[in-house]
Amino acid sequence: MNELSTPPLAPQPDRTQPARTVRRRNRRRATSLFAHGEPMVWLTGGALGLCLVMITGLLGLVLSRGLPTFWPVPVLELTTHSGERIGGEVALVEAFRPEPEASSEGAPAARPELEERRMLRTGNYDLTGVHFRWVPEREVASERAPEWILTIERLEWGRFFGTPTALDCDGVRTEGEPAQVWQAFEAAHRAARETWRERRAIETNDIGAAAKIKEQARLAIRDAQLRYGARSSEAEAVRQQMTTRVAQADAELARAGEQVERLKALNTGRTITLTTVDGVQSVIALDQIVRAFPANRLSWSDKLGVYASRVREFLFDEPRESNSEGGVFPAIFGTVLMTLIMSILVVPFGVLAALYLREYARPGPLVSAVRIAINNLAGVPSIVFGVFGVGFFCYWIGAGIDELFFAAKLPSPTYGKGGLLWAALTLALLTLPVVIVPTEEALAAVPRSMREGSYACGATKWQTIWRIVLPRAMPGIMTGMILALARGAGEVAPLMLVGASKLAAELPLDGTFPYLHPERSFMHLGFHIYDLGFQSQNSEAAKPMVYTTTLLLIALVVVLNLIAIWVRARLRRRFQGAQL
Amino acid sequence: MIADRSPTGHEHDLLVPAPARRLPQPPMQHPQPERAQPQRQPKIFDAIARNEPHVTETHEGLAGEEAVLEIERFNLHYGAMHALHEVSMRVPRGKVTALIGPSGCGKSTLLRSVNRMNDLIDSVRIGGEMRLNGDPIYAPGVDVIELRKRIGMVFQKPNPFPMSIFENVVYSLRIDGERDRSVLERTCEDSLRGAGLWEEVKDRLQDSALRLSGGQQQRLCIARAIAAEPEVLLLDEPCSALDPIATGRIEDLIEELKGAYSILMVTHNMQQASRTSDYTAFMYLGRLIEYGPTDDIFLQPHLRETEDYVTGRFG
Repeated sequence: MNELSTPPLAPQPDRTQPARTVRRRNRRRATSLFAHGEPMVWLTGGALGLCLVMITGLLGLVLSRGLPTFWPVPVLELTTHSGERIGGEVALVEAFRPEPEASSEGAPAARPELEERRMLRTGNYDLTGVHFRWVPEREVASERAPEWILTIERLEWGRFFGTPTALDCDGVRTEGEPAQVWQAFEAAHRAARETWRERRAIETNDIGAAAKIKEQARLAIRDAQLRYGARSSEAEAVRQQMTTRVAQADAELARAGEQVERLKALNTGRTITLTTVDGVQSVIALDQIVRAFPANRLSWSDKLGVYASRVREFLFDEPRESNSEGGVFPAIFGTVLMTLIMSILVVPFGVLAALYLREYARPGPLVSAVRIAINNLAGVPSIVFGVFGVGFFCYWIGAGIDELFFAAKLPSPTYGKGGLLWAALTLALLTLPVVIVPTEEALAAVPRSMREGSYACGATKWQTIWRIVLPRAMPGIMTGMILALARGAGEVAPLMLVGASKLAAELPLDGTFPYLHPERSFMHLGFHIYDLGFQSQNSEAAKPMVYTTTLLLIALVVVLNLIAIWVRARLRRRFQGAQL
Repeated sequence: MIADRSPTGHEHDLLVPAPARRLPQPPMQHPQPERAQPQRQPKIFDAIARNEPHVTETHEGLAGEEAVLEIERFNLHYGAMHALHEVSMRVPRGKVTALIGPSGCGKSTLLRSVNRMNDLIDSVRIGGEMRLNGDPIYAPGVDVIELRKRIGMVFQKPNPFPMSIFENVVYSLRIDGERDRSVLERTCEDSLRGAGLWEEVKDRLQDSALRLSGGQQQRLCIARAIAAEPEVLLLDEPCSALDPIATGRIEDLIEELKGAYSILMVTHNMQQASRTSDYTAFMYLGRLIEYGPTDDIFLQPHLRETEDYVTGRFG
């Protein structure tokens, strides 16, 4: 075979010739460019360079758009030639071509020159009905930055820009210079927010708990009725018992309601009056203000403080204003939890499957077919997995679980809808090939000599696998897990079907028994990005948040990966040494 | 996975492996006069090439030895290839027996047949008989795992496990479920001392075994093999991956282990065989050609083919 595969370099020599001439090579004066390999260096290097440019370009875009989102920008007041005054933050500057003016003669108008225009975030949605406004540069007569104009971030209606004129707090009215009002504002605002937080705590904890008790009582009655019959004595006994409970809960509800009313009343007297740039007066309740600052008076450290405060809110608070403002904490939490549950499900499952394929199955066409099928599974569009997940897990297994264990709650589903568990299972299925393939490679790379050494010591096959093969293959298995993590954390399409929601009322992990609630739907950063970017009412305001959330998601995946890589490096170090 | 045993059709006149003072006479013997004049020996290799049967030339010197391992008319096929032909030999207790022969002659195959490592290969069929201290190795009901625990094996390339030195040595105890720390520690120290490695590693027993040098790794593998107190120790070219100094240490170690352990080793190195072994068996193309005391094999072999091989005239 060897002789056949090597092409003859020289014409077949005459047998009578000395053997020396047979091997003589056809020498050229200079080696060709291709033989040197120089072009290949450029080609491969160029390809790598292009990859790097694209990746850094993407990261650079996300970083450059995502990081400044929270930086406070000055508020401008523009006066147009028509005398209209427009105030707001500059969101965007761009060159545009104005619509050609219709000429009466019907002659084709000349193509207009490029002009600049600015997009102003005007806020004050409750007054104007718009969030943003384009202002062409040629319409601007003058512009200034009013010293005392406040940027106010509200719980509802978005931002407000206006100069403070008066502040009411617990019957005391501060009026006059904006500086004075601002001074009074800070203390009053803190008090109002404190009261508001207290109210919120009562609403979510006490009222929530009482409502839950009532719901449980209703379910218990229904359960007893289903089990013993609607008119049975047992059901009646349960009803009696539950009635007292419901009464207690009602009393609790009433008490909490009173408290809420008291706190509400306390805060109604705390307001700030502001004047917008076009002279409209507006009164805003202090407890509705998340944050306020005089944007044009901020020093560098003040700006840094606002930035830090906004980042803190982004990371640790709940979203508001249909997700376009506030924080993404539930989404971070949901993403991390879902990814972890997915890894816990997929890694053992994938490793077991790879073990059978590599260690036990007799190699043959069937095993090859299975292997090809697994590889192909990695190429199936993820939405297909989502469809499978919703059909199989939610509507079939989930519905079955509901029938068996949560009959009292029907027709409202418990497990028969999208939820954390189903999402994790669907993604586990999706990432299964990503785990199996590297694991199998790692198992195959365990030297035969090690296995034989173990067998020679009298170890059984399983002992050899458990004590020698698996530890040795661990770094490879970790590689599979890292890939699965990255794939799973970034996946969105199937999640839309099997459990990610725009807004989840409760976290899937909390302090009430059984602590982990795998049936709850959850928020996910990837889905959040989609929701912000394409489903938002106020898409212009949501745009910077899209970048910031993307940045956060990337950072999260990087952190998860770094942890896994660190673990893998530690494992590898254990297996490294003076190898022959 | 157990290779099916093809019926070889030989009579089951299995001899009881009593501590016989004399070896039973092999079924066929070369006539004495022929042995006296090796130069006039008919060309055995030609006969083998014609696939004629060959009867092992076994020296008288083996007669006084008690056998720990008896191999009787052993045949092995890899698929269609007949790798071992009617091999019969008795490995003496407490001595070092070397298997020599050119590459591919079946030395390693024979060695790996002793602890049934060839079972791991699907296409292997065997025939004939092997007995370890009288217990059949290839009888149908034999528990291979238990059998392997009675036989230690050291491979050509050092193959320490990816774990600490300590865990490597006590591996065979661990798989038996031994948990008593004092037993494990005693075994570890004894085995490492036995393998001449204790002084070098006693302060770093918890280090990874993979950080040891090649020669140390091979001695660790020997320590691992003797930790299970095997009845016979198989060494498959234990020095072929080592430098001369490490090789020297392993050879010294074999010298020290002699007596306490019965060793069957494969070697390519003629000097090694002559230095370290008590008995030497010369194999060629799956046949055991000549078997006898090492000095006889190297200095006055009965067959000319053996002489040609050990003197390097062929091989």
